[in-house]
Amino acid sequence: MVSLSLLAITVIALTISYLKDTDRTKRALLVSYRSLMALVPSLLSMIALIGLMLAITPQQVLTRLFNVHGLAGFALTAVVGAAITIPAPVAFPLAGSLLKLGASLPTLATFITTLTMVGTVTAPMEIAYFGRRFTLVRQSLSLVLAILIGGLMGVIL
Amino acid sequence: MMKQLKKYRLLAVVFIANLGLGLYDSSLGTTSIRNSLQFSWEVLKIVPSVMILMGLFDVWVPRKLVEQSIGYGSGLRGMLFTILLGTAAAGPIYAAFPVALSLHKKGARLANIGIFLGTWAAIKIPMILMESSFIGLRFALIRLTLTIPGVIVVGLLMEQLIPVSTVPNMERTQEISFTAR
Repeated sequence: MVSLSLLAITVIALTISYLKDTDRTKRALLVSYRSLMALVPSLLSMIALIGLMLAITPQQVLTRLFNVHGLAGFALTAVVGAAITIPAPVAFPLAGSLLKLGASLPTLATFITTLTMVGTVTAPMEIAYFGRRFTLVRQSLSLVLAILIGGLMGVIL
Repeated sequence: MMKQLKKYRLLAVVFIANLGLGLYDSSLGTTSIRNSLQFSWEVLKIVPSVMILMGLFDVWVPRKLVEQSIGYGSGLRGMLFTILLGTAAAGPIYAAFPVALSLHKKGARLANIGIFLGTWAAIKIPMILMESSFIGLRFALIRLTLTIPGVIVVGLLMEQLIPVSTVPNMERTQEISFTAR
């Protein structure tokens, strides 16, 4: 659904651009092509990593993990959320089933935040774009933020 | 050539790990490969479009516009505008990197790059519906209100902690080239 509308927008934008200025559009496509090619190695690594990670961390293992209570469980979920990357449309149903299994809301808040903001899987791509320092700083700060959000959630709820 | 090959180091490591996994448990090995193929399709559906839009953005959007709206000196308004940009966009975080890089090249301040990536990842307007149906509306709203200021603080801290010189910019432009003159 998302990809279809994205494709539609792209085609429309490209057509308008082409009608307005053919040369400029060609230049744009050259830029697109070059950046896509530069991306291929990290993209392939990411694809392979995600396949491997989803295979070795099946949902049963994840749910068992969430039965670890207290601070240890909290820290563990933060780390797991940071390590693995699950697309949001899969993450929310997963979080929902974890809730039914007795995971606490603060834990889930931390889990969702690290799941989306911190990712070792996407790190190679981020490094290719922004460098090691940027990636390291952004991901560590996001991890701290995720833990804070979980903690505050515990206070508020 | 060596440099080209070096980029595939991680891929090779994962590939070998996968091979090992397949030898240890062949069903796990196949699952892993099936996951990867499935995910490749997801990537193929999104990445080419994003790249073309990036190219168009690069040649059509004037640097001045980006600088003024989310550059250094754009202040709180620039940050709020960045958040708006990040939440409106749909797509996985890896689609955000090229977008963020071209914003950076067009003169967006580093804090706003951080804010953009953070909101793109953690706050999705269409996803709020999903989040509230699976977990709860109260949960979704509280998480949202905590995340917005959090993301701003992360962005500002990033700007303090990361010297712009460590962000590959000009020398990388040849590789990830977004510069069209």
